[in-house]
Amino acid sequence: MNILELPWLETAIGLALVGSIVVSRFRDPDRASRWGVFFTGASFLCTLFAWLQFYVGMSPEQIARYSIQPKLFGRTLFALDELTAPIVPAVAILHFLSAVATSRAHMRRFSFAWSLAAESLRLATFSTSEPWLLIALLSISTLPPYFELYNRRKPKRVYALHMALFVILLVLGWTAVELGGGPSKAAAWWAAIPLLLAIMVRCGTVPAHCWVSDWFEHASMGIALLYVVPLSGVYAAVRLVLPIAPSWVLSSLGMMSLVTAVYAAGMATIQRDTRRFFAQLFLSHASLVLVGLELQSVLSMTGSLCLWFSVILSLGGFGLALRAVEARFGRLSLNDYHGLYEHSPALAVCFLLTGLGSVGFPATLGFISTELLVDSAVELSPYIGFAVVVAAALNGIAVVRAYFYLFTGARHVSTVSLQLGLRERIAVLTFAMLILGGGLFPQPGVTTREKAAEVILADRAKRLGPAATEPNAPKDHPAAEHTVDNENR
Amino acid sequence: MPDSATLIHALGFIVVASPTLLTAVLGFSSLMGWKLPEERQARFVYVAVVTGLLAAVAILADMLFVGTRHIPINIGNWVVIPGHYHFAIKIVFDRLSVPLAILSFVLSGTIGAFATRYMHRERGYNRFFMLYAIFMLGMVITSLAGTIETLFTGWELVGLSSALLVAFFQERSAPARNGLWVWTIYRVSDAALLLAAVVMHHLRGEGDFDQLLGGGNWPFEHSAVSSHEALVVGLLLLVAVAGKSALIPFSGWLPRAMEGPTPSSAVFYGSLSVHLGAFLLLRASPLLQNSQLLCGIIIALGLTTAVYAYLAGSVQTDIKSALSFASLSQVGIIVAEVGLGFHYVALFHLLGHACLRTLQFVRVPSLLQDYRSLENAIGERLPPAGTPFKRISANRGREWLFRFALERGYLDSFLKEYIVTPYIKAFRWCDSLERRWTDFLSGEDSRETENVTKPHFGTIEEYS
Repeated sequence: MNILELPWLETAIGLALVGSIVVSRFRDPDRASRWGVFFTGASFLCTLFAWLQFYVGMSPEQIARYSIQPKLFGRTLFALDELTAPIVPAVAILHFLSAVATSRAHMRRFSFAWSLAAESLRLATFSTSEPWLLIALLSISTLPPYFELYNRRKPKRVYALHMALFVILLVLGWTAVELGGGPSKAAAWWAAIPLLLAIMVRCGTVPAHCWVSDWFEHASMGIALLYVVPLSGVYAAVRLVLPIAPSWVLSSLGMMSLVTAVYAAGMATIQRDTRRFFAQLFLSHASLVLVGLELQSVLSMTGSLCLWFSVILSLGGFGLALRAVEARFGRLSLNDYHGLYEHSPALAVCFLLTGLGSVGFPATLGFISTELLVDSAVELSPYIGFAVVVAAALNGIAVVRAYFYLFTGARHVSTVSLQLGLRERIAVLTFAMLILGGGLFPQPGVTTREKAAEVILADRAKRLGPAATEPNAPKDHPAAEHTVDNENR
Repeated sequence: MPDSATLIHALGFIVVASPTLLTAVLGFSSLMGWKLPEERQARFVYVAVVTGLLAAVAILADMLFVGTRHIPINIGNWVVIPGHYHFAIKIVFDRLSVPLAILSFVLSGTIGAFATRYMHRERGYNRFFMLYAIFMLGMVITSLAGTIETLFTGWELVGLSSALLVAFFQERSAPARNGLWVWTIYRVSDAALLLAAVVMHHLRGEGDFDQLLGGGNWPFEHSAVSSHEALVVGLLLLVAVAGKSALIPFSGWLPRAMEGPTPSSAVFYGSLSVHLGAFLLLRASPLLQNSQLLCGIIIALGLTTAVYAYLAGSVQTDIKSALSFASLSQVGIIVAEVGLGFHYVALFHLLGHACLRTLQFVRVPSLLQDYRSLENAIGERLPPAGTPFKRISANRGREWLFRFALERGYLDSFLKEYIVTPYIKAFRWCDSLERRWTDFLSGEDSRETENVTKPHFGTIEEYS
């Protein structure tokens, strides 16, 4: 038996679930932390093997040989494909490093049990493409954050209202799709609109964006980060909306996302609080991912999928650096200078590096995705290209502004050492290495994202006909030729 | 025995690799939190600069000996999406890039040697040399870039290191404020360059300068780009140039940048960084020449900046600001020279001016001593410096001009009043709307982070 033939993906999901149950029984935060790290680490390793299974080219039959899925469900519901193969390990490493980086000061507040339960749900969500299962998982995954707010005795209404709206619209939309002839053809407008609105709510597109900053305001930083950074809303858009939505739906989504990207980037530059600053920065990036998906060309979609990956790692790392700052100094305002650099230079360097990585600074993971996105946007319309560049520029200003406010401009006096602890250092440095490694050697990542983009576009072409795909493809591209042939006929 | 082409390729690789390696070594140690001893860092800097410089000089010698005027070195495609996109890394050695690369190494080396003593036992010694390494790498990449995307990479590295060095002294708020201002202007400049890069990419299907600027050796290439296309790309480049070289209306950042330590002021704003805009114009000059209107705008912008900088520089009361404006007036003239098509004049002006300013800037800390020596030597006080305002007879005109110069042409005030303040007000208004909306939805005060005081419950500092 080959080690790669084992059902690694199911094991990863199962381990997180079992871990959640086990850890929930511990009352001692130290013990819960140790076991939390163990389970998230083991789960991450399993996803890594699952990714290897996919990339060495093992057939679905080989992978399914020892799988329990056919026995449980009668078929394979959870599997990796071109799109999700790298995203699932990225989500798992985000959980693992968040658990590793949880400082002693945060252990009481960070619920490892809920985090593991949410990880299990998230891994399952990103591993399935079955519409109703996906909808169910997306709906259930809105619950742990609610309990987080409930346990912390924080206002829940903004979050609950938005997520309820999301779930209702998603269920309504997909029911309408099924009633209108199923997902094998273009969705009717009355089915597409609820789906479009659901995605807008989940992704925090203007005007349904306020829940994201409210969520960051009230949740613990680690939990808040883990809930939004993997971009589950974008995944729902790719699986449920993109294959069947008429072009006007995608254009509307793209236009609203573009507005959100610029608006949130502008908002990030004027925020007076680190949490809200991060929330706006995230919103801008999530919207840029959606803009790229909407443009429907191989280039834009590749850029968008690269940016998605970059958001998980760069913004994830940036969020963890911010969390480490909070662990030392509490919530900090961006109204005054704090001068924290001398107390924690490594943290300052990681903060800047991960922040710049997220805004597409050269030699970091986000650079090539921003390049691809701008390139494809300009090809379609100079105005879209201009807006994307403006959003990227504003995000860059916001990140460096936050750095200056937090780490420079004053002398901070402290009687205790505020250096990064070993676990935090490992977590933040791992992110930094991934950001730099992916930035310096981007080709393997871009190749996989390009393949995923081709698959997504081919799937859309299969369902809606070639005319619906690649409206922005250059003339020498095969999709454009298909379109011309179709019209001639 | 390797043939000439292999040798040139190897030397070209060394030119780029030496500052890259320096950045990697210093960067990795910073990231890991290791503090390298001062002597070791100085030695690393010395080795990197000398190696890069020798390799660049060897290439120049080879070019002069063999008579080659254009040596492109394709390092390869960094990213390829077959049929859709490619990002090539290519460096070019020609009559424009080699002098600037050598200048970068010489001046960086000089300043590196100066800074090892000037910054001795300074708290931010490691940080200074880390940023210095990034700056040098950025300068070398920008100088030798054979594609617009490669140039953009170097351009951004120079921008980041400059802004962080302005904010080098971290215990006061003024350097941080000025650093942010510089960074903001640089981001505007970067955005314009990125757009220019993308537009150029689409005009020719790739960002290779050889394709964009036509065949031939610099500065005698003939670009096939139409007048209209040249105008669009040229205007975008001009915004990028104005931001980087502090041309009007972005001139306000230059004196602000003097908050940084003297070595960084010398190498960045006095000699190298401030000339990058002019260098970009020189690199794109065949394209610019295709539009007479664009050339006219460049000349006007260059001359206006030169006059403005002369006036503003005449009333400065500190030597670093005075030197920065003197530097800017020369940069304005260099830009005008490029617009007039005097490429070699502009190049020699740039090289000579950069060296002179570096010398002046490194003498700044001992200026009073120099003055005293001069006065002791001649046995009397030095004559007071003349200003242009004395030559203007009309009182009102003189006062207005003086105030205009003293307020640095009101450029910063203009940007603050008409761009920054409305921008902040508009977004703050949106923020207040969002707050009202979330307060309404949650039925209570939704923002707990508005009035944060530190330390908070559960933080490490709380236990101290």
